Amino acid sequence: MNSSQLKIGNRTFTTRLIVGTGKYASFEEARDAIAASGAEMITLAVRRIELDKAKDSILNFLDPKTYCFLPNTAGCYTVNEAIMTCQLAREAGLGNMVKVEVIGDKKTLFPDNEATLEASKILVKDGFQVLPYCTDDVVLCKKLEEVGCSAVMPLAAPIGSGLGVCNPFTLKLILEAVQVPVIVDAGVGTASDACRAMELGIDGLLMNTAIAGAQDPIKMACAMKAAVECGRQAFEAGRIPKKLYASASSPLDGLIDI
Amino acid sequence: MVLRINGEEKNIYSSINLAELLLELEIVLPHCAVALNQEVVPSSKLKQTKIHDGDDVEIVHAVGGGL
Repeated sequence: MNSSQLKIGNRTFTTRLIVGTGKYASFEEARDAIAASGAEMITLAVRRIELDKAKDSILNFLDPKTYCFLPNTAGCYTVNEAIMTCQLAREAGLGNMVKVEVIGDKKTLFPDNEATLEASKILVKDGFQVLPYCTDDVVLCKKLEEVGCSAVMPLAAPIGSGLGVCNPFTLKLILEAVQVPVIVDAGVGTASDACRAMELGIDGLLMNTAIAGAQDPIKMACAMKAAVECGRQAFEAGRIPKKLYASASSPLDGLIDI
Repeated sequence: MVLRINGEEKNIYSSINLAELLLELEIVLPHCAVALNQEVVPSSKLKQTKIHDGDDVEIVHAVGGGL
């Protein structure tokens, strides 16, 4: 049985795993791992063309008919940089759905939430469907929803840290507080992290390093695909409550009497 | 004329607009975009956007990236 669909803005997805396209050893490895992940939405960065180097592009390996592109503003530290990056991505034909990141600290790569909110507000008005990367803060997520973001993307842990979901309670609170999809973005390390995150009821999960940095990225992509599906199904199935004492699952009547 | 392209000074010999500049630089990549003097230029207006000596040009494209 398949789990339900994910709707973000005007797009519908049958998978809840969104993957990045960075950190792979080659374009071929990226192509194969992304295909193995089953992801329909993939993130891309926007960077200067290197004028005198070999001119190949990762987009020669990723068919726009197969994937919905989600250009990001990774590496941006100011509102203006983020806005200009999104506008360039749109002119480059990468679509109008963007992952807005305004980084506030080099060491932790934690977002500058104030600047993220400001950039999101301006980009929504400019016709973008905005998916902002943010800290797992209920009030901030509500504000991002209010300014018209199509989803919120709270982190599970710092980008690339592989620590897994550090605070499941705040993610649960965010799920209660907003109507837009909650996509957990950053921090997943392995399949059990992905599964546990999905079991919370989040709408989707975005990862890059956990797959690209694994010793066998294609195998890890398969594991992540299964874990996300598995966690979502368990959430939809509704788990039993946790109890302190035992509760037998065999009948107590009809026991032999010796 | 001399333009500053992606942070480097470059001699440009024959182009008078951005569309010609991309051809002169032999940029044939899919999905690239241009900013001229810190303003994003719509892809439909590359041909009508003239370039001048000393202009600052940024030419970008999509690369692998996550977050």
